[in-house]
Amino acid sequence: MEGAKGAASKDGNQGKEVGAGNNEKFLNPTPMLDELEKGPWPSFISGFKELAERTEKPMLRGVMDQLEYSYNTKMGYWKGGLVTVDGYGAGIITRYSMIKDKFPEAAEFHTMRIQPAPGLHYNTKMLRELCDIWEKYGSGLIALHGQTGDIMLQGIEQDKVQACFDELNQAGWDLGGAGAGMRTAVSCIGPGRCEQACYDNLKVHLDMLRHFVGPLHRPEWNYKIKLKFSGCPNDCTNAIMRSDLAVIGTWKDAIQVEPEEVTAWVEERGMDALVNEVINLCPTRAISLREGQMQIESRDCVRCMHCLNVMPKALSPGKERGISLLMGGKNTLKVGVNMGSMIVPFMKMESDEDIAAFIEMVEGIIDWWDDNGLDHERIGETIERVGLKLFLEGVGMEANINMVTRPRDNPYFKAKY
Amino acid sequence: MAIEVNGVSVETDENGYLVNLEDWTEDVAKILAVGEEIEMTEEHWNLVKFLRGYYDEYQIAPAVKVLTKAIANENGMDKKAASEFLYGLFPKGPGLQACKIAGLPKPTGCV
Repeated sequence: MEGAKGAASKDGNQGKEVGAGNNEKFLNPTPMLDELEKGPWPSFISGFKELAERTEKPMLRGVMDQLEYSYNTKMGYWKGGLVTVDGYGAGIITRYSMIKDKFPEAAEFHTMRIQPAPGLHYNTKMLRELCDIWEKYGSGLIALHGQTGDIMLQGIEQDKVQACFDELNQAGWDLGGAGAGMRTAVSCIGPGRCEQACYDNLKVHLDMLRHFVGPLHRPEWNYKIKLKFSGCPNDCTNAIMRSDLAVIGTWKDAIQVEPEEVTAWVEERGMDALVNEVINLCPTRAISLREGQMQIESRDCVRCMHCLNVMPKALSPGKERGISLLMGGKNTLKVGVNMGSMIVPFMKMESDEDIAAFIEMVEGIIDWWDDNGLDHERIGETIERVGLKLFLEGVGMEANINMVTRPRDNPYFKAKY
Repeated sequence: MAIEVNGVSVETDENGYLVNLEDWTEDVAKILAVGEEIEMTEEHWNLVKFLRGYYDEYQIAPAVKVLTKAIANENGMDKKAASEFLYGLFPKGPGLQACKIAGLPKPTGCV
């Protein structure tokens, strides 16, 4: 600890010690944290300092001081607890300082999780209201967005939580999920702004949210459960890796080819590009050239989206569109990282009846998990423990040869084009 | 921190939970309920007794899931109705408020 401090202050002497002993500055000197501002990357410390100097909120200064202390001692000093608002069992992430005698300004720094709109489509009026209310009650610090898509309002004291929530709620916002229950869902921009979307994921997201709002606010299942809605297999929400229930748009028939646009593309980029950047990069060799025209063998296509991404005008998803449901994706915690397994290869998702049937199916799946899962066991872990056969029998599904364990090897794969 | 019950001081932690679980009496529970702005009815008392019984047996407060299922079984409700019922009794959450009034330690775990 002492060594680290010495090194930091030595560096601080090199023209960086403006804050030390200078009473005009609101913040105390934080030489260790200042290190994080160096280098070409954006730094949360710069944003934090700017906000603290502008608003002069003691809470922000306290957190900076405690964090500086943490970097010296290499220890974290936040502990959890339970804070809720009336009628809710979740949504506030509690942070009490374990060393509040040392840093009284950092005694409480709770986070309020706020649900985003589907596809993160906000209007500026709502965002302005959100910021104003948050600066009135809380620290003003906002993180957009957490892993489950929530807007994270970071830094509020317990006795201001209810009043802050009431005002946010009046402005149309609601708390997000936390704990062992339904979590806030995430959707990509969907058909709102993307031509690849194979279903209206924004509507399905909203309908699901309305249906599961109870268990979202009042967690009472085995563990958390997350839903993400990606419009197409590009999976921009990373649903397959980060959600228990990944709802991903897909199509059943052939990729639609616009021959004139293919010709235009080849005229602009050349035949070499078509062969080297499209045909040769198809992972299943589903594309071939016949008399200068692209031929796609639909049976071999695994919906990797590469050719569609490279030639968005010439190629588009098939006409018979719907969703695939993959289950069991999760990050590390007790058991290692899992990617989702294909559970429902195809389901139509066009009419209200389609969506209602889907919601009913998901409710059945969650009920089975609630009855059969162990405490702190994600749904994918439960399925892995009892086996797919028992799960399918439990929720009344027919086994299907398309239920593959590994539909995709790497969701981060992006070919160059 | 401390609360006063019948002239005796009872020690609580910073969040108002009893420090010594054996300090709990029905009078203590009544005072704790006032702090939570809850008017204790027979249904409240039944739940508090259930929690204390569970704690005696397992030395841990029940998970909300276990509590909800127990209430559902006892009253012949489905799980959703049981959840509504519990939050009707303890608006800030059965885990948080009912455990406090029952004299159980503060629920831990990451919520």
